[in-house]
This record gives sequence, C-alpha cells and structure tokens, in this order.
Amino acid sequence: MMKQQSNKRTIVLGLILIAVMALLSVAAEALAGSVSGLSMLLVVLKKGTVYALLAVSMNLLNGFTGLFSLGQAGFMLLGAYTYAILAIPVAKRAGVFQYYDGGVVQFSIPEIFSGFLGDVVGSVIGMLLTLVLCGLLAALLGWLIGLPSLRLKSDYLAIATLGFAEILRTFIQFEGSAPLTNGSNTLRQYTTFQHLYPYVIIVGVCILLIVLLVNSTYGRAFKAIRDDEIAAEAMGINLARHKMLSFVISSFFAGVGGGLMAMYMSSVQAKGFTSAMTYEILLMVVIGGIGSISGSVIASFLFIGCSEWWLRFLDDSSNNIGSFQLLAPGFRMVVFSVFIMVIVLFFRRGLLGDRELPDLARRMKKSFRKEGKHK
Amino acid sequence: MKKLLALALAAVMVLGLAACGEKTPSGGSSGDKVIKIGVYEPSSGANGAGGKKEVLGIEYANSVVPTVTIGGEEYKVELVEVDNQSENDKGVSAAQQLVSAGVSIVLGSYGSGVSMAAAPVFEEAKIPAIGCSCTNPGVTLGNPYYFRVCYLDPFQGSVLANLAKDEFDAKVAYVLTELGDDYSVGLGEYFTQECKRLGIQVVADQNPAGNTDMSGFITAAKNANADVIFAPTSTTVASLLIDQAASAGIPIIAGDTWDDAVILQAATKSGADVYFSTFYDAGASEMAAEFMSGFQGWLNANSDKLNNNGGTDTVSAVSALGYDAYMVAIEAIKAADTTDSDAIATALAGVSYTGVTGDVVFDDEGDVDKNIIFIKGVDTEKGEFYSVKEQGLNK
Amino acid sequence: MDQFFQTALSWLLPGISVGGQYALIALGYTMVYGILRLINFAHGDIFTVAGFVMFYAITAMPLGAAVLFTIAVTVLLGFLVERLAYKPLRSAPRMSVMISAIGVSYLLQNLMWYITGGQPQQYPSLPWISDWINVGGIETKRVTVITPILTIVLIVLLLLLVKKTRVGLAMRAASRDFETARLMGIKINTVISVTFIIGSFLAAVGSFLFFSNYATVSPTVGTMPGLKAFIAAVFGGIGSIPGAVVGGFIIGICENIIRGAGYSTFSDAFTFALLILVLCVKPTGLFGEKLEEKV
Repeated sequence: MMKQQSNKRTIVLGLILIAVMALLSVAAEALAGSVSGLSMLLVVLKKGTVYALLAVSMNLLNGFTGLFSLGQAGFMLLGAYTYAILAIPVAKRAGVFQYYDGGVVQFSIPEIFSGFLGDVVGSVIGMLLTLVLCGLLAALLGWLIGLPSLRLKSDYLAIATLGFAEILRTFIQFEGSAPLTNGSNTLRQYTTFQHLYPYVIIVGVCILLIVLLVNSTYGRAFKAIRDDEIAAEAMGINLARHKMLSFVISSFFAGVGGGLMAMYMSSVQAKGFTSAMTYEILLMVVIGGIGSISGSVIASFLFIGCSEWWLRFLDDSSNNIGSFQLLAPGFRMVVFSVFIMVIVLFFRRGLLGDRELPDLARRMKKSFRKEGKHK
Repeated sequence: MKKLLALALAAVMVLGLAACGEKTPSGGSSGDKVIKIGVYEPSSGANGAGGKKEVLGIEYANSVVPTVTIGGEEYKVELVEVDNQSENDKGVSAAQQLVSAGVSIVLGSYGSGVSMAAAPVFEEAKIPAIGCSCTNPGVTLGNPYYFRVCYLDPFQGSVLANLAKDEFDAKVAYVLTELGDDYSVGLGEYFTQECKRLGIQVVADQNPAGNTDMSGFITAAKNANADVIFAPTSTTVASLLIDQAASAGIPIIAGDTWDDAVILQAATKSGADVYFSTFYDAGASEMAAEFMSGFQGWLNANSDKLNNNGGTDTVSAVSALGYDAYMVAIEAIKAADTTDSDAIATALAGVSYTGVTGDVVFDDEGDVDKNIIFIKGVDTEKGEFYSVKEQGLNK
Repeated sequence: MDQFFQTALSWLLPGISVGGQYALIALGYTMVYGILRLINFAHGDIFTVAGFVMFYAITAMPLGAAVLFTIAVTVLLGFLVERLAYKPLRSAPRMSVMISAIGVSYLLQNLMWYITGGQPQQYPSLPWISDWINVGGIETKRVTVITPILTIVLIVLLLLLVKKTRVGLAMRAASRDFETARLMGIKINTVISVTFIIGSFLAAVGSFLFFSNYATVSPTVGTMPGLKAFIAAVFGGIGSIPGAVVGGFIIGICENIIRGAGYSTFSDAFTFALLILVLCVKPTGLFGEKLEEKV
C-alpha cells in the first residue's frame, strides 16, 4: 500500500517536473533566438538532453546492476540507423541512397501516419513510434548479445561488449547491406523535431520510467547483484534473468537515445559511433556519480556545456595574454580531460555519489539544522 | 567533501559565465561596420592539411578585397573561422557556432561529408553556404542554401575513367576507396560506372578508417593484373599508399584531393607514378597566373601562413577554389546590397563571375557547369607537379 | 604453384610483420593484467606518444640519440601514468581503475591533439630498416623481416628476465597472489613500476617497427592496434608471455589473409569475433592458467 502511494507520488512529481522543464525549454528557446551569442545555449540544451538519457541508460547497467558494459555506442548506432532509415521521406530517398537506387526501404513511417492523421499529428505519432521501434530493435540486439556475454566477468564483459559494438558497425558499413543502410555513406534528410521541448518531454518520460524501475523490486534486485552477486543469489535472486533484464532495458533506452541523437545531428554515419563515444558517456556517468540518476543528468549538461561552449575560449589563440602561446586549438579538451582525471582520482564518487538530488536536499537541511544547534 | 563538490560546481558555473561574458565584446565594437563571413573548414583531423590550404586561399582573397560596399556604406569583411575537425558530428557544433556568431554567408568545407552534415544547420538558419572543393552531388542536392564553385564527382569520376583508357590503355583497374568517406566512396562509384561503359574491368576494395596497412591492397592489385590503381583517398591515406605502391610499379590515378604538397613529397621520395585531376592550372588563363604570383608573394611574406601551406609555396587547387568562393560571396553581397543572409542567398543564385578556376554560373541545384578537368602528374626527378593534359569525356 | 606461393607469401609477410608488432604491444597488456587485473586502456596511446616523440626528436638530434630519447620518454610516461593514475586507486574497485585508464587514454589523446594541432604527421623514414628488399620475389621493407626476428629475441630476453632474475620472481609471485606476495616482503610498488617500464619499453620498440612500415602518426592511430594487441593477449591467455606472442602473430596473419581475400571491411570485425569466441569457449585463452575468482 505504502509502496503504491510512493510510486504514484513519484509519477505525479515526475510528470509535473517534465511539464515545468518543457515550459522552461520553450522559454530558453525564445531567449536563445532573441539574444545574440546565446544560440549555443540551445545546442547545449538539446545535445545535453539526449546525452542525459544515454548516460542514465548506461548508469542503469554500470551503476545499478554493476555490469561493466562498453557497448553503448553499438546500441546507439542501431537506434540512430533505425530511425534514420525509417524516417527519410520517400521523395528524398533517391538522393540519399544515391548509389543504390533509393535503397530497399521505400516507405517512411512518419509519412504513412501523416497520410491518415493529418500532417502534424500524424508525423509526430509516426516519429514517436519509430523511436519506440529503435528501442525495441536495440533491446532485441541486447538480448542476443547478452546470451553469450553476460556470463563473463567484469572486464571481460567490457571488452566483449565493445567488440560487439565494433562488429555491428562493420556490418552496417558492409557493401552487401548497403541497399538497406546506405553502406558507409551518410544518412540524412529524415524528419526531425526542430524544437527543444519534444526532446525534453521524450527524455523526461524515459528517465521517469527508469526511476520507477530502479525503485521497484527489480531495481532492488539489481542493486543487490551489484553489491554482492553471491549474496544476492543466496537470497533467491535469479542472477541470469535479472542481469539480462537490466541489459535489455538499458539497451532499449540506449536505442531510443540513439534515435534522438540522429534527430539532433540531422545526419548519421556509422563511422562516428566508435568506442570513443562510449567512453565519453561513461565519463559522464562517473562525473555524475555511479548509481545516481540525477547525477548523470546534471553531469551530461555540465559535460556538454564545458566541451561545446563554456571552455571554447581556451581554443582561441587571440585570447592569449603575453607572448606565451598557451591557448590554441585543442587546449580546451586538455583542460577538460585534466578536470575529468581529477574527478576520477580524487572525487571518485562523482558529484552525487550514489545519492539522488532530493536525498541531498534533505540531508543539507538536516546538516544546516545541526550547525544551528552547535551555535 | 560535499562542500568541496559544491564549490567545484560553483566554480564551473562561474567559469562558464566568465567565458560567455568574454565572448560578447569580441563581436566587433571597433566602430566600423562589419559583415561576417563564416569559414567552415577542417584544420585538424584527416583533412586538416587540405582544409588549412583552402582557408589560406580565403584569407588571401580577404587581404585582396577586405571591404565591400553595402547601401553606399563601406563594410569591413570579417572572417569567422571554425574547425570542423574533419568529423561529421563535430561539424554540426562548429556550424552552430557560426550561426551563433551571426555570419551572413559561409564558405566551405573541404570534404563532402562534413559539408552534408552541416547543410541542414545552414538551411534552417537561412544562411547561404558556398562549397569550395566538396564534389559530392549530395551537398547541394535538395538544399536551396548550398552552392559550390567546383565540378561534381559524377563528372570527375567519368573523366578519370577516360584518362585510364586514353593514357594507360587500361584493361583492369583496381579501385580503392575509404570506408565511411562520402567523397571517396562516391568518386569510386562514378569511376566504376564509367569504366563499365568503357569496357574496363574493375576490382574494388575499401580501406577501413584507421587502418594503416596498405600492402595487402597493393598485393591484391598486382594479383588482379591491374593496369592502374584508382585511389580517391585523403592525403593521409595517400602517403601510405604511394609509399607502398611504388614497388609494385602500377601507376596510380586519384581525384582532386591529391593536388597537395604531401603527395609531392611522398611520390618524390618513393618514385611512384602518380596522376590526379585538379581544379586549377596556373597556365590556363592570365588570371590564374596572376593569382599564383600574388598568392605566393603573400605566403612568403608570413612564415605562419607558409607553415599552414605545408612549408612550401606550391599553390594547391583548393586555395584557388577558396579564393574564388570568397570572390563569389563578395559579388553576391554586392548584388543583394544588404547583410541579410536570406537576401544574399537569393542574390547568389544569379551571380556570374569569372574566377581563377574558370567561370562560375550556378544552375538550379547551385552547382557550376565546368566541362574540362586539368590532369597533373608528379615529376619525381625534379620533385614538382607538371601539367599532363586537359581531359574531357569520350562521347 | 609458384604463383600460388608468391601470393601466399605476399599476404603472409605483412601478416607476420604486423603480428610481431601486435605481440610487442600485447606484452605490455598481458604483464599489467597479470599483476593488476587491469586492462590498461592507455597502453595504445603510450605507443602513439612514442611515435610522436620520435617524429619530433629526429629533427633535433642524430638517429641513435633520437631512438634512445624516445625510449626514455616512453618509459618515463609509462612509469608516471602508473604512479599518478593507478597507484592512488590500488584499493579501489576494479571498475574505478579501469575508468581511470580510460580517462588517461582520453587525456593523452587530447594532449597529443593539442601539441600536434590534430594533424597527422609523416613518420621519419629510419635508415636501413626502411630500405626496400626482395624476399622470394616480393618487394617489401626490411622492417617486415626484422620485426619477427626482433620480437622473438626480445621475448626470449623477457622470459629470461621473468624466469631467472629476482625481479622476475617477484613479478611471478605478484601475479599469482598479490596480497600474499606483499606479505612475503615483496616491494609490490617497485614490481608494478618495473612491469610498466618493461611494457612501455616494448611499446616504444613496437612503435619504431610499426611506424616504419605505416608512416603516418595521428593522435588516435594507436587505438586500433592497442585494442587488437589486447585481444591478442586475451587470445593467447592473459598473463602468459608466449601466449601474447602467439596471439599477436595469429591475429596479424589472419587479418592479412582476410584483406587479401577482398573482405577488408571485415578485418577488424573478425578480430573482435575471434575475441568473443575465445571468451565464450575458453575464457582462459590458449596458454592461460585457470584463475580462481576470489570471493
């Protein structure tokens, strides 16, 4: 009974939060459009929102279940390609699949739906359904990869999942699959969301689902596995089943995230989805705190903000003071990676550790009260 | 511990705000009227060397024509340069940065892939872009804001296949393209199509990104009894390939990217037989010759610029294209008589200009119609490029 | 028949050569993993740094000095990385150390990018080993033939070091049981430093051979050879020195055969597929000993 109530509360609170965020994002967009020099804000918010989902989905696996997987880029790749292939308008296919007579897929899901539901409503529903499909395909792949590799121990699992991601990339780039995937060439001109708020709403709903999962009995089982596999098994938790469940769910959201990423970038190419991308997301998870969802979200925005916007002045050699030419292209990323190493080495628990933002607020209140008493 | 974290977080925020604050004043408050032209080029990554040369051409053009008259007032032309790092995903952010800086028109990029990745960003912001050396048809196709001053890959590929037939009497051609590179794969495809028409047998393979071992490909070419190797690759891969192909004694044909000092060094060192197509020949017109002497003088006057050109004053075709693109942009701004990017895009479609690489008149797609291609080769004894011929199509 | 022999040789030779280079890098992985149970993701980047250092050194000093200087810098880097990034995490969970390794790799790549301006550089062609020679009718660089020989010499020396010296004994003890070795009075930090120094030395030697054949150095060029070398180490049985060597050669040769057969696209994928197959069928690799998982 208690449980149900707290779930209901989380859902209501979560939905209100998403609505507020969506309103704020509309405001941010208006601001970015009117104040010159602020249009990078929109880029950071859009990209940050997409990465927030990717980081949270990775955290579900690495932070909550203790499975160290490095296959994120692979699932994202599948999601991004699924979205791109299914959402290119039929009229534009000949141009995109320029060497393959328009490719074998000769329909576009958003177009089909806009055919009988009207242009706006139909294409939005079509796009949402395509995103779900991205997730489902990634989940299916997750299940297939999980079968052999989830038996492996920590670092072997990491390297095996990384290997699977690379293999997937090869198959997508292979000439033989080119009529479907356009080979190694860019996919582009598919339908995307122009505004920021749809991203915020979709990512918000996905993260809310993950929060509900983490707070459920499944979530507690995941954490038990992370803390001690053998003890968890002794308590009657089915290890294989729960590990697979976590892996498949994480893959699902990584696939959706990949689809959103394709939308954000408005063109995708398999070449970009390398292990370096996985590492970046992993670093976000670490900065935010392994095992903290709100930490991952905050870290994603900080990470993207720093790397895309705030630290840019470090790359500009005209900002050098004196004759010592320290600032030059690339210096930004050096400062940034030193910053990351400091976190990895000295603040190993990241920004929030394994706590969530609400916990932290509660604790702060408490400690303030304590300090007051001391005086 | 927690307070430390909070502090760190606050520090990041402050740093962020400081950075934003710093950015705004640099927007040009010098009193003069300024029009900004964005330069969207790679200065790092696989195409970094080529991108830098294209930027040099644009900068030289800017030094020749530093101002433009709009509405009776003189505007200073300010170049806003960003680095797209030769990668599509980095390119999107770089393009956003240009939009954010408020440029009126964009020049670039070297490399078709990054240009296609950035195309939707420019289209959405209604800012016209002029590609200098991106030859893939997909760049301008279906995008009313993207134009270009160079010829296209279908044409270039066909011409090179004809070259293989005319010069080398090729029966078998080995085609090596770069996996994941739109330019390379596209050019290879059009070359192959024309080969089929001309009755040349094609054996093809693709080099995966990051692979540095070319010996396997050379062996395969030899085993296929190839008369020529066609390798439309980036200069990075090219130098590896030339080094290892020299021993096989098969001539190599390539596309426009090989008009670069890097190729000259690699081929001279190894004695390989190298031919490539290019956009520019100093001997083609008086204007072209003038450009060459002017550009070389400008380069030699500044050691930084000379370094960016690879340490020599050899003129790359992409520099000439960069120069032409800048001049076309200036013509369009004059015609539009405003700094408004959308109006410039409209005016651009009607611009007609004679540049150092030939006439520039845009068709409906925003492409120019050039019907002849310069073929150059490497004189390995003297260590310099020489003009082989002007190649057209065999009807 | 002669034709067939020629073709086979033309694929085998580069395969053996690149295999030797993988083997040299793989030793760095396998030795570190043997002792610390850590996949040192930064090892491939240390190999790249060696390439860049050589590129800059050769412009400032004679060849011999440049080679020694490169080895010295690489070894120092390997030592520092261990001291600064891994030692503080000795008691932390394995995942933290691996994340630190990924962080170091990210840092090194960005640093190289900054220093070199992100442009690929032409590796200097070293005299003698870069000369072209004719082996059984195949034109190839001398380094192709030198690599396997040098690799085997170095490995024999390494095996002697591990089997016959006190440091080697300490290393073997540490890899068998870290805690007990420490209790027995082995200076564990010294042993680990020595391991990293040897691994970096071999990576530096590997870089001379590798870049003499494939003459471009860019900040990310070491990632793929690094991963493949790690796979070679796993394939041969991680922790086993002969295993890493055999694994390196097998992967190098297979890759070149696949390329020769016209499936270059799949050459990387094949390596990973091999890894997954080995992990599923025989996780201990060809020569690996069964490791007891401690509870």
